[in-house]
Amino acid sequence: MGIKWDEILITGDPIILGSQIAILLTTLGIIGGLTYLKKWTWLWREWITTVDHKRIGIMYIVAAVLMFFRGGMDGLMMKAQTSRPEMSFLDAQHYNEVFTAHGVIMILFMAMPFLIGLMNVVIPLQIGARDVAFPQLNALSFWLFFSGAMLFNIAFVVGGAPDAGWTSYFPLAGKEFSPGIGNNYYAISLQIAGLGTLMTGINFIVTILKMRTKGMTLMRMPMFTWTTLITSVIIVAAFPIFTVALALMTFDRLYGTHFFTVAAGGSDMLWANLFWLWGHPEVYIVILPAFGMFSEIISTFSRKQLYGYKSMVVSIVAIAVLSMLVWVHHFYTMGSGALVNSFFSITTMMIAVPTGVKMFNWLFTMRKGRIKMTTAMLWSLAFVPNFVIGGVTGVMLAMGAADYQYHNTLFLVAHFHYVLIPGVVFAVFAGLYYWWPKMFGFMLNEKLGKWHFWLFVIGFNVTFMPMFFLGLNGAVRRAYTFSAESGFAPLFLLSAIGSVILAAGFAVFCYNIYWSIRYADRNISSDPWDARTLEWATASPVQHYNFAKLPEVKSLDAFWYMKKDNEGLTLKDEEIEEIHMPSNSGLPFLMCVAFGIVGFFLIFEWHLLAAISAVLIIAGLIYRSFDYNDGYHIHKDEIKKTEGAWRKMEGKVNNHVS
Amino acid sequence: MEKSTERFPLAHVFGFVLSLVLTFVAAWVALEMNLSFTIVMWIIGTLAIIQAGLQLFMFMHMTEGEDGKVNIINIAFMVFCAVVIVVGSIWVLTSGHAAH
Ligand code: HEM
Ligand SMILES: [Cu+2]
Repeated sequence: MGIKWDEILITGDPIILGSQIAILLTTLGIIGGLTYLKKWTWLWREWITTVDHKRIGIMYIVAAVLMFFRGGMDGLMMKAQTSRPEMSFLDAQHYNEVFTAHGVIMILFMAMPFLIGLMNVVIPLQIGARDVAFPQLNALSFWLFFSGAMLFNIAFVVGGAPDAGWTSYFPLAGKEFSPGIGNNYYAISLQIAGLGTLMTGINFIVTILKMRTKGMTLMRMPMFTWTTLITSVIIVAAFPIFTVALALMTFDRLYGTHFFTVAAGGSDMLWANLFWLWGHPEVYIVILPAFGMFSEIISTFSRKQLYGYKSMVVSIVAIAVLSMLVWVHHFYTMGSGALVNSFFSITTMMIAVPTGVKMFNWLFTMRKGRIKMTTAMLWSLAFVPNFVIGGVTGVMLAMGAADYQYHNTLFLVAHFHYVLIPGVVFAVFAGLYYWWPKMFGFMLNEKLGKWHFWLFVIGFNVTFMPMFFLGLNGAVRRAYTFSAESGFAPLFLLSAIGSVILAAGFAVFCYNIYWSIRYADRNISSDPWDARTLEWATASPVQHYNFAKLPEVKSLDAFWYMKKDNEGLTLKDEEIEEIHMPSNSGLPFLMCVAFGIVGFFLIFEWHLLAAISAVLIIAGLIYRSFDYNDGYHIHKDEIKKTEGAWRKMEGKVNNHVS
Repeated sequence: MEKSTERFPLAHVFGFVLSLVLTFVAAWVALEMNLSFTIVMWIIGTLAIIQAGLQLFMFMHMTEGEDGKVNIINIAFMVFCAVVIVVGSIWVLTSGHAAH
């Protein structure tokens, strides 16, 4: 097979050597710590084998925060490199690797798992269910994501990092121009993670359609549930395209086919076409759940029902349909001609209409509301103007003819950060502050939260606003340096300073988590925000069976009316029944390991080893087919005890609103 | 879930094997037979459509839906995706510069 042992680890670069040592020490530290504290069985029983949607959600969120750190460091490295003209902190190759890693990690390993994590924690509770439809499949989704993410993350120290951008366009990404194994990492690890995402999509469609509690009709579903449903539908429509495109890329790179290589009749533009057929819906996959979370938070802290619920639903569905019809706006300059470009300009601009409807709905929800300025609400308020800047520049880019000017400049980079950061990052922060007490039974510190908020929002604007002007002045994206004569220096420096403020905001966020874990008040009520939806109708942190008695829904904002009419809040002893729950399983984790091994061998093009270890995956599938474990029952006594513990507690919330 | 599912999944295995056969036949036609490009395209295109139909009935529960409305929505959605992806790609990749 010709394994070149000396080429496996990347050597000869001080930064990378430092990272290798750091990774080694951290791994040893974690292993040593777990052994010393005798936590291995705890980790295995409570987390690795869990099929509980809340725990899976938390694992997704932890992974996402770590990936945010990694992707953010990449962002800072790029900002450092371009802070002054002709800097030599990163060379051209290194810069290419860094923006590729940054783009892929931020979108696929930060935004997606963060949102899917919050969906996992919240959605079954919001619809009054005890778990998702397929709990074990849910665990498998997480572990496949984790397997793909870890593979991608080791690329830069083991074997070489991918360097063709997060879009990995052919012909650059093909074997001819990228002969190393770096781009194999892209093809294989995204494939593995993408499988997990597809399963999540299917799982949530079935969960939301089939497992809603009594009385919750479609039009009584909370908005976050609606957006999750539609997001899942888009996932099921779009991810298979990416699966196929990546498989073809793998064939081209590993087995010498010519789907995307011009030699022997392939089409390099077919890659761009398929990539964006998935890629544009993908940006709506990350934005729609965020819209749902803002809807919940704005409605809760304005103490009002969401304005224009029906028009919200109609606009999400419209966005979902339109999102499949706009992909060409990413490559107008490919030259598909006036008719094609005009068609896609129009569909793209049409998306602004339903999005605008939603904006006005949020504003009207706040109108005459009694607004509480919590940290979660601050993020939602800041989202509105910042996202509008992203949206308006998006409409500018939508015009095919004008895009010939903007294409591949920093104007575009500024635009999509103005959409992704307010749209996704503000949302997951808002969601985290809002649902944190539900997950852990204590709150994040509101004062530190405000520091986090202001530093981050100011830093974000100072970082990315200058990029609009740099782009209009002609600064191109993905360029590792610029000359002093270009006159770009002052704005680049300003932008770099902004990114330091941004990073300070993130640091406060991390400190806030640490502070709150240590010192936050544990004696809080299960409904600290006086909220409106069913997830707040049960204990915090939520008991593993979610609801002792499944709630009954009579209207929108079900929990709000349960509180108002004092109905369905109590639990009588004779109402308690045994509850059937799914058993834990180690199989999803073992599949993660198996996929990781096979993926690793494929990346290194050790085909024989890959084929042999693929038997592990097939063995896992066969084992699962004959697995007739039906779960277990929770006894009445245990439920009585658990319920008694939280229902008696009359905890008050201490100063949660300043 | 309620019904016992310990029956042998004959239809699934049959569909799986048939899909493999159709795929290998397509590869064989393209790689081993010395036919003209257009004829190869026609043959593998036909095989692809047969396989798509096969999978719809063997795996996608086309005939099992208890609720007619849901089935119609599903089929409409499926047709929409297929048309957008296939017709859209062909249109985009064969017009403009590519046409010359
Ligand atoms: C946290 C602060 C962030 C900073 C400082 C930052 C900075 C940057 C920079 C400097 C570039 C490269 C510009 C160029 O030379 O072409 C870039 C590209 C990119 N960023 Fe960010 N970014 C941040 C957050 C995010 C987030 C949250 C996302 C997505 C959710 C994201 C997605 C992307 C993508 C997709 C690219 C394009 C990569 C490519 O060209 O292949 N970024 N970012
Ligand atoms: Cu797009």
